[in-house]
Amino acid sequence: MAYGDKVLDHYENPRNVGTLDKSDPNVGTGLVGAPACGDVMRLQVKISDDGKIEDAKFKTFGCGSAIASSSLVTEWVKGKSVDEALTIKNTHIAKELALPPVKIHCSVLAEDAIKAAIADWKKKKGLAPQAEHKPEEQRVDG
Amino acid sequence: MPIKLPIYMDNNATTPLDPRVLEAMMPYLTTEFGNAASRSHPFGWKAEEAVDRAREQIASLIGGNEKEIVFTSGATESINLALKGAAEFYKEKGNHLITVRTEHKATLDTMKRLERQGFEVTYLPTDKDGRISAKQLREAITEKTILVSVMLANNEIGTVQPIAELGEVTREKGVLFHVDAVQGVGKVPFDVEKMKVDLASLSGHKIYGPKGIGALWVRRKPRVRIAPIIDGGGHERGMRSGTLNVPGIVGFGRAAELAQQLMPEETKRTYQLRKRLQDYLFSHLDHLELNGHPTERLPGNLNVSFAYVEGEALMMAIKNVAVSSGSACTSASLEPSYVLRACGVSEDLAHTSIRFGIGRFNSEDEVDYVGKYVVDQVRRLREMSPLYEMAKEGIDLSKIEWAAH
Repeated sequence: MAYGDKVLDHYENPRNVGTLDKSDPNVGTGLVGAPACGDVMRLQVKISDDGKIEDAKFKTFGCGSAIASSSLVTEWVKGKSVDEALTIKNTHIAKELALPPVKIHCSVLAEDAIKAAIADWKKKKGLAPQAEHKPEEQRVDG
Repeated sequence: MPIKLPIYMDNNATTPLDPRVLEAMMPYLTTEFGNAASRSHPFGWKAEEAVDRAREQIASLIGGNEKEIVFTSGATESINLALKGAAEFYKEKGNHLITVRTEHKATLDTMKRLERQGFEVTYLPTDKDGRISAKQLREAITEKTILVSVMLANNEIGTVQPIAELGEVTREKGVLFHVDAVQGVGKVPFDVEKMKVDLASLSGHKIYGPKGIGALWVRRKPRVRIAPIIDGGGHERGMRSGTLNVPGIVGFGRAAELAQQLMPEETKRTYQLRKRLQDYLFSHLDHLELNGHPTERLPGNLNVSFAYVEGEALMMAIKNVAVSSGSACTSASLEPSYVLRACGVSEDLAHTSIRFGIGRFNSEDEVDYVGKYVVDQVRRLREMSPLYEMAKEGIDLSKIEWAAH
């Protein structure tokens, strides 16, 4: 299967690979996916006291599209407020990267990773969790 | 010598056409275009002579007789013909068939169809290296068993089955023995007489011959009968109708002849190249698993799980090198290789497997290039892998409750 240019760019030059201190109260960590399904994403966000995402890092076990999806969302969430970041949908990611139907689950996972990282931060801060989300596109069952 | 990119190292999928094979085929693609079934003029006679020579070349490679070769469109058709043809012909004798879980889909899906038609099929489990034993086979055979189908060598993990020992059992029990010899022939010893085989499926394009040509070898003494699955002009002694693919057959014949001539040297050379790649990878990277049998395997096949690195991502990373993965991340089901799963490889590790298929035209320089490239990229991807980081921190990944998605 041929990959799109944007997937290749993020795959070959991934943005924001790395690790933030998960014990830092301002850091939220989201770990989604499963090794048995062939993809696991860990997305971390560092959130300032006024609710802005100052930094984001990821590590991903998965195919090129999974790596590209996580790299892309780290770019997108940086500088956004928590509420803005929560509006990112898998469809936006899939569209930006021109993912083919069999790779839609990668974008779903990336959306899940943002939600999970922010939920972790909210939990640390004693904030009410965000409402359960539903990905806009049908997921492919793993 | 500079290396020419991309490098082809997927010789279990298909092999390049040997220039000597093309040379042998050329006249039959151009001036010698006759139909081998035309008995009334020299165009037909020349084609028939060429086809008969190919029968001898192919029969010689497997220790059979040239009159026992039935040409087909490829090994998938050969396997379909062997299994459906024998099942149909011997259905009065019994309705039980035996095969192995790691067989090629051409066998497994044909068996599934026969099941829907009322046959009963036993799918033997393998050990962790992908092998079955004669004892296991003996215990599975019943009074109703008419045929056993086992592959000589596995296409994914390269494991070679103990065909001679299995042939002893089937012969003793009076059960037909079909061998899918596609991957193994020309690479490991295969002799239909010594191994007491009754039917053998062969392919042209796995031995540096053309695609679209295969053969089914059908024993004549004692005579094995099969019902045809394609009806028509009664070619190939009624077992496979259809005008013969003369250039394909000539190429297949020449490829078989070359395979037989080159096998002693080529087996040694591809084995050494594979060992070189294997040793390099295992001495430079930790957390690797060899899939398939450590010694009883195709000389050029190397199947490795690179833990914590997803197979498709690795293939993308080494994009100048053509290999395969058991990851199947592109399939809608997201199911990794059923062959690896049948050998008890966990789904996690199956997703990280890469198959290297070293063949006749690979060089030592290419192997060294691939080894270094793979090591660099596995390290890069592991630095990006949350699983590798967690494993290094001593976290037991199997204890985590992952959300299946």
